[in-house]
Amino acid sequence: MSGHDSKYFSTTKKGEIPELKDELNSQYKDKKKDAVKKVIAAMTVGKDVSSLFTDVVNCMQTENLELKKLVYLYLINYAKSQPDLAILAVNTFVKDSQDPNPLIRALAVRTMGCIRVDKITEYLCDPLQRCLKDDDPYVRKTAAICVAKLYDINAELVEDRGFLDTLKDLISDNNPMVVANAVAALAEIQESSSRPIFEVTSHTLSKLLTALNECTEWGQVFILDALSKYKAADAREAENIVERVTPRLQHANCAVVLSAVKMILQQMELIISTDVVRNLCKKMAPPLVTLLSAEPEIQYVALRNINLIVQKRPTILAHEIKVFFCKYNDPIYVKMEKLEIMIKLASDRNIDQVLLEFKEYATEVDVDFVRKAVRAIGRCAIKLERAAERCISVLLELIKIKVNYVVQEAIIVIKDIFRRYPNTYESIIATLCESLDTLDEPEAKASMIWIIGEYAERIDNADELLESFLESFPEEPPLVQLQLLTATVKLFLKKPTEGPQQMIQVVLNNATVETDNPDLRDRAYIYWRLLSTDPEAAKDVVLAEKPVISDDSNQLDSSLLDELLANIATLASVYHKPPDAFVTRAKSAVQRPEEEEYPDGSETGYSETPSHATDAVPSASGSASAAPTRQVPVSPPPAAAPVPDLLGDLIGLDGALVPVEEPMTPSRPPLPVLLPASTGQGLQISAQLVRRDGQIFYSMLFENNSQVPLDGFMIQFNKNTFGLAPSSPLQVPQLLPGSSAMALLPMAMFQHVFSGPPSTLLQVAIKNNQQPVWYFNDKLSLHIFFTEDGKMERANFLETWKSLPDSNEISKDFPTHVIKSMDATIEHLAASNVFFIAKRRNMNQEVLYLSAKGPRGIPFLIEITAVVGTPGVKCAVKTPNPEMVPLFFEGVDALLK
Amino acid sequence: MPVAASAIYFLNLRGDVLINRLYRDDVGGNMVDAFRMHIMQTKELGTCPVRQIGGCSFFYMRISNVYIVIVVSSNANVACAFKFVVEAVALFKSYFGGAFDEDAIRNNFVLIYELLDEIMDFGYPQNLSPEILKLYITQEGVRSPFSSKPTDKPVPNATLQVTGAVGWRREGLMYKKNEVFLDIVESVNLLMSSKGSVLRCDVTGKILMKCFLSGMPDLKLGLNDKIGLEKESQLKARPSKSGKTIELDDVTFHQCVNLTRFNSEKTVSFVPPDGEFELMKYRITEGVNLPFRVLPTIKELGRTRMEVNVKVKSVFGAKMFALGVVVKIPVPKQTAKTSFQVTTGRAKYNASIDCLVWKIRKFPGQTEPTMSAEVELISTMAEKKSWTRPPIQMEFQVPMFTASGLRVRFLKVWEKSGYNTVEWVRYITKAGSYEIRC
Repeated sequence: MSGHDSKYFSTTKKGEIPELKDELNSQYKDKKKDAVKKVIAAMTVGKDVSSLFTDVVNCMQTENLELKKLVYLYLINYAKSQPDLAILAVNTFVKDSQDPNPLIRALAVRTMGCIRVDKITEYLCDPLQRCLKDDDPYVRKTAAICVAKLYDINAELVEDRGFLDTLKDLISDNNPMVVANAVAALAEIQESSSRPIFEVTSHTLSKLLTALNECTEWGQVFILDALSKYKAADAREAENIVERVTPRLQHANCAVVLSAVKMILQQMELIISTDVVRNLCKKMAPPLVTLLSAEPEIQYVALRNINLIVQKRPTILAHEIKVFFCKYNDPIYVKMEKLEIMIKLASDRNIDQVLLEFKEYATEVDVDFVRKAVRAIGRCAIKLERAAERCISVLLELIKIKVNYVVQEAIIVIKDIFRRYPNTYESIIATLCESLDTLDEPEAKASMIWIIGEYAERIDNADELLESFLESFPEEPPLVQLQLLTATVKLFLKKPTEGPQQMIQVVLNNATVETDNPDLRDRAYIYWRLLSTDPEAAKDVVLAEKPVISDDSNQLDSSLLDELLANIATLASVYHKPPDAFVTRAKSAVQRPEEEEYPDGSETGYSETPSHATDAVPSASGSASAAPTRQVPVSPPPAAAPVPDLLGDLIGLDGALVPVEEPMTPSRPPLPVLLPASTGQGLQISAQLVRRDGQIFYSMLFENNSQVPLDGFMIQFNKNTFGLAPSSPLQVPQLLPGSSAMALLPMAMFQHVFSGPPSTLLQVAIKNNQQPVWYFNDKLSLHIFFTEDGKMERANFLETWKSLPDSNEISKDFPTHVIKSMDATIEHLAASNVFFIAKRRNMNQEVLYLSAKGPRGIPFLIEITAVVGTPGVKCAVKTPNPEMVPLFFEGVDALLK
Repeated sequence: MPVAASAIYFLNLRGDVLINRLYRDDVGGNMVDAFRMHIMQTKELGTCPVRQIGGCSFFYMRISNVYIVIVVSSNANVACAFKFVVEAVALFKSYFGGAFDEDAIRNNFVLIYELLDEIMDFGYPQNLSPEILKLYITQEGVRSPFSSKPTDKPVPNATLQVTGAVGWRREGLMYKKNEVFLDIVESVNLLMSSKGSVLRCDVTGKILMKCFLSGMPDLKLGLNDKIGLEKESQLKARPSKSGKTIELDDVTFHQCVNLTRFNSEKTVSFVPPDGEFELMKYRITEGVNLPFRVLPTIKELGRTRMEVNVKVKSVFGAKMFALGVVVKIPVPKQTAKTSFQVTTGRAKYNASIDCLVWKIRKFPGQTEPTMSAEVELISTMAEKKSWTRPPIQMEFQVPMFTASGLRVRFLKVWEKSGYNTVEWVRYITKAGSYEIRC
């Protein structure tokens, strides 16, 4: 049946357009039709034939369906550029919509909906109304979609003319295809409208599930997608729905299968019976596997979705790992996705087989794939403790092949393995060192240097090894420079001999004087200062124990995962991003920032490497050893009183690092209101005790909402437990009506000490020249009084703990507090001078040991027990002054909030 | 949202638009330029079939020398889009009589425009059954230009069929001789390690059907699969006859098969489309009979010589034979000279695919021919990276053999006029991806 239309493309003579014009107006039908074909051919190759508009439209009134379609096609393309002339076509459209031939009626409505010209839209309404009630289902199914088209052009018109109700009636149509298209149109309209237009009730649900059996494959997709938003009332209803949807899993159309899977997964959330759930999981596995024998593009879509599904329900494909083994001829995007799923499905049971596969892949040709395979081995090692040793031996075998990029990739993952299992596999360091000179990629180099620094005491020639890198220090990329700096410091602290000492001078000099990189310079200064003031403290900081890493790479956050699972088979499930992250519809009105103009879809596909992912876990990646300086509470950077001078002497940069008195930044949380304007005759006072740089201040905000200017402010504190009193007079300028002022009042302790039992009460009196004296109460939070020198040595901590009688140990539960992340909590506490000493894991509980020093040097030894992420924190404290404990707990309460 | 496409483009390998159709207004007409610039002209091509550029997403597929590109700007149903492309290409092929390539598109552009208008509306796929579409979309209109209403007669019927419950078969078919042809075509996929252990092995099979039946027949197909047989014996309350039963891992059916009925009764019953179609696909992983065993030994003798010995064993019945057997043994790029010894068939070195290719036209069962070759390599200086050995690949066809052991037990045809039918069944097993690592 092959045609020979290519001849229509071949006219390139001069004066083509006039010639076509003549032919279009020919009286011979054949010639006319050929001319229209030539016009369409010209349009296809991108020539502008809009000047022939009138002539083409004149051919519209024809009995020949093929010719009519061509003219309509022309109209769809050019009507927008010739809106006034397009009106010429309206009459024919309206006439056609009443033609005895249903194909022509449908064609007219379908085409009119595609012409987005206001004047035409107006004329569309009447024919559409008729066609929605046409006797012929073909016309009705076309009209149903046309309502969605019209809604997109003019939503108001659709609502005014009552098309939505007619469309809803079509859900009960006796023809399945009409039903399916009506559902698709309604679902689309619902998506762009904020009002509830199409809500699936249990009644429509059962009607649509019945229609499912008779629909075309595409109709089934429309219906399943619309129904997947339905929330079943209870487990029983959910089971019923699922039972009626499961037969769809056997459909040959992948879109039907995925939409059915989506719907089943949604309903499974409600099903309680574990038997039913297990049974469903069993039923879903084979169809999902079958998708992998489709076209590679479809496989890709399926694999991206399977990636999501196994995160939610790992059991579904737990036994199917073999089907994800890569075929030699699989396209690269399929291989990459298969690898990702293999890592997710790897378990102690199948790891041997999986490792054999990874090893095989690591010898393939495609470099990206090989790298990913090597990383996969590392990720399995981190994920499966019992298999770690086998993973390492595979990595070592690969290193022995001496393919450069394999070696480098292997070293990067081995660094992560060392982080995960410290002091376990160091015996292989020697093998790693053999490949030292072949490393030329920054990340691999940095990893190797980290390993050398971290285990400097066990590598006999660590200093020589590092020295070999030092020569090229100025040329190295920042990543490597940072690692070299830290590794050299580690080496020096571990082996404080002459060689390392010289090295450290070279490095510090290079990293401070010779560099433009602020990160590098700042880190070098911190080390320099630490080393020159207190080498012991430097040891605590630089050689501190690092938090454990885990392989949560490529695991999506559970709420995002649920959102993506509700979008199975759509773009969102392929990108692994929620729809509003990439859909820029006018309706959503989300303006995306400039730099996102070309977000890289494929990039998100498989670029997540462990080090990317573990970046979130501090200090897991290449910059690993830098992290302790950020995490472990060092005496707060340059602020500690005597240091700036020393530093000034040291490097002649006086003032450069001394903090400027920090003004009240608006980003801080607002101060609590203590005297509301209503009681203060328009004067509102907010205040709070704060600790800044080792000094206590009373931070105050005065707001004058009265009608008169206020001046002459004075403050007085009643006797209190810590004898807190201002160390200098309050200085507040005259406050004009409507203005406000801040004051930072330095405080001194132990001035007028209240002798009764310890209490948090702080009574304040404020007066000014215009108003009576105002009294209000504030609270003494103990944590304000924790001093910067409260960090205890581990041994000291243990000793003190033992030396105190058990009766001094008091504990309290805070049932509502939640610790979201241990690291964040430690950091947060350290900011208030509660110092982290050690931590251990007890079952799923995390136990933190901390110390703090209160006023008059009272030590507090603290034990915090909590399960990360679940409410309930237990805090136990031991101190020689148990009478302070209630105050302490109030402080902790505030801190943990 | 089940929208599958806002626009569809057909491009040739240079990036020229052969034909395109905009279905929705939310993507600009020039988006294809972005595709050309950011995908076609970069090495991104082929790295990922779904890409986002600007506010639009592109899904693309290459079929022969044509890129089919779908553009969307909403959260479209990607699975639906790709399946639509696959089905549309099948539809075009059925119209053009086989080939789908640049020339076919140019030669049939009017027809394609017409089809594109019909098979998708506002981005929603409509009926794509060739059988039905051919009722009213024809290029035959040219034949009778002078009749006043050329399309009037078949049309009213056609619209009902497009939308009908049996949207894939038209009414009123008449054949003098009612015949059904069943082809069971299996592809064996194998991945064997160099040590000879089977890493993965499965069979993907399909049942192709060619129906020349009158009226609206109801068909019922019985196979020797375990679940179907068990269900049957339950219903009849007597044990089924012993014999080989096989376990199907998964089956998918053509839309004509009543899935609800399959789910409850495990019977495959359907009203078939007229002519040729794919009735079902299945997958089997347990109890696969591999038709061939390959035993390779490859020795690298120094840096410039290799010795390749391959023995292939046919493990199917001695009375059967395989056709078109090809064994491809990869060799390094720098192969210079080869010499062969074969017990059957012909072997030669094919430089364009870097393989030794051994062809055996007719390969009887229960035999084990061998091929040995000596390969000389050019020694190169820049040969730092050791040669990574790709797997040996095999192609073959074995007629009257099913790797899965699947058999058709019965095919019942019931039509109200009660005619007799003749049924023909053929079996054939082909190589899918049959890989042996070495």
